[in-house]
Amino acid sequence: METYYKPEDLSKFEDIGKDSPKLTQKFFEYYGAVFAEGELTEREKSLIALAVAHTVQCPYCIDAYTQDCLEKGSNMAEMTEAVHVATAIRGGASLVHGVQMRNIAEKITM
Amino acid sequence: MLNEHASNISSIEHSGIEPFSRTLSRHGLQLNRNNTHTLQVNLGIRCNQTCGHCHLNAGPGRKENMDPGIIREIISYAQRSKFETIDITGGAPELNPNIGMMIEEVFSLCPRIMLRSNLSALNDGRREYLFELLKAHRIVIVASFPSLNEAQTDSQRGDRIFQTTIDALKKLNAMGYGHEGSGLELSLVSNPTGAFLPPNQAQTEKRFRQVLKRKWGIVFNNLFNFANVPLGRFRQWLVETNNLDNYMGKLYSSFNPCSVDGLMCRSLVSVSWDGYLYDCDFNLARELFMGGHKIHVSEMSGPPPPHSHIATADHCYTCTAGSGFT
Repeated sequence: METYYKPEDLSKFEDIGKDSPKLTQKFFEYYGAVFAEGELTEREKSLIALAVAHTVQCPYCIDAYTQDCLEKGSNMAEMTEAVHVATAIRGGASLVHGVQMRNIAEKITM
Repeated sequence: MLNEHASNISSIEHSGIEPFSRTLSRHGLQLNRNNTHTLQVNLGIRCNQTCGHCHLNAGPGRKENMDPGIIREIISYAQRSKFETIDITGGAPELNPNIGMMIEEVFSLCPRIMLRSNLSALNDGRREYLFELLKAHRIVIVASFPSLNEAQTDSQRGDRIFQTTIDALKKLNAMGYGHEGSGLELSLVSNPTGAFLPPNQAQTEKRFRQVLKRKWGIVFNNLFNFANVPLGRFRQWLVETNNLDNYMGKLYSSFNPCSVDGLMCRSLVSVSWDGYLYDCDFNLARELFMGGHKIHVSEMSGPPPPHSHIATADHCYTCTAGSGFT
């Protein structure tokens, strides 16, 4: 069956550097620095990444960070809550724009 | 138990992973013994649990249990060898009816005796004498505790095991185990609950210390992270769930040549319930005799000599992954 997304393509991520090696190197150095332990632990950052992956709906990131969360000591309960955080923010972002709707409607309505 | 060695060589090469011995050679390394200071004794593979990650296929139906004759051979071996540590393991070593005799005889033979425990066998209500014996002889308890999450723990170890473990840890704390300065050492061992590698040990220990104290008032001395070894029941699960190739790939790609120097097999000798010697408990599960030769504990005049060869196979990639797991 033909599909745009193939799990084995995740391992080819670094191939993107073949035609822009300097930019790719900068990107992966930054990426590694972002996920290193800082004020937040590696586990906390991995859970944030998992939530963001669901927000942008990137199947590569969902695959990578599901595994990474488990390898950082997380579990299904925590990871599910993280997905709900993403859901609440996305849903909330739509809902809060309802304030705009109400402002406009109230202005032109008797 | 299956002799997996030959069949796994072909499956490894098919999946693109070179044999462990070849990886060592490619890095200019050899795996030989240093001074052997630890004697690991497997009292048998009878167990009250059937954990999913078990490399030995231990369980309630297993009959392999060390008899008093072999125990006496091991005590004699310990007397002539002057080990620094005796590490008692299983299955569930508490289920061997002669464990009390073993502890009473060996505690004066070396400065450090360890008991690896799943805690549910120890705390089944029928072994109060064993609690007292462990405390009296200051036996180090190394307890299995894979996760702070109940569902995650029970998925690996069985229903209600998480709560049973918490109850046992509280009991051990009440006896003095795990408290700074008590002389009663309690360590935790965490294994992943699936086909993935463990997290950073220091970070895990920090988190477990905070959460166990906050939620249950439990304290402990040390925590160790062990990766799951692709043998026994765990290997069977990996095959059945189509995870073996990926998991072996993770172990292989994480090979760290710097971990070889500190591998436990370099300083440990393992004895099975029937008295035969192995370089480690994983080789025991694989029926890979010490140095590739079948030798009984009664034939040993002392510890295996330094520089002697250690038998290896694909499961050795587990202990050499990342910072190593020993």
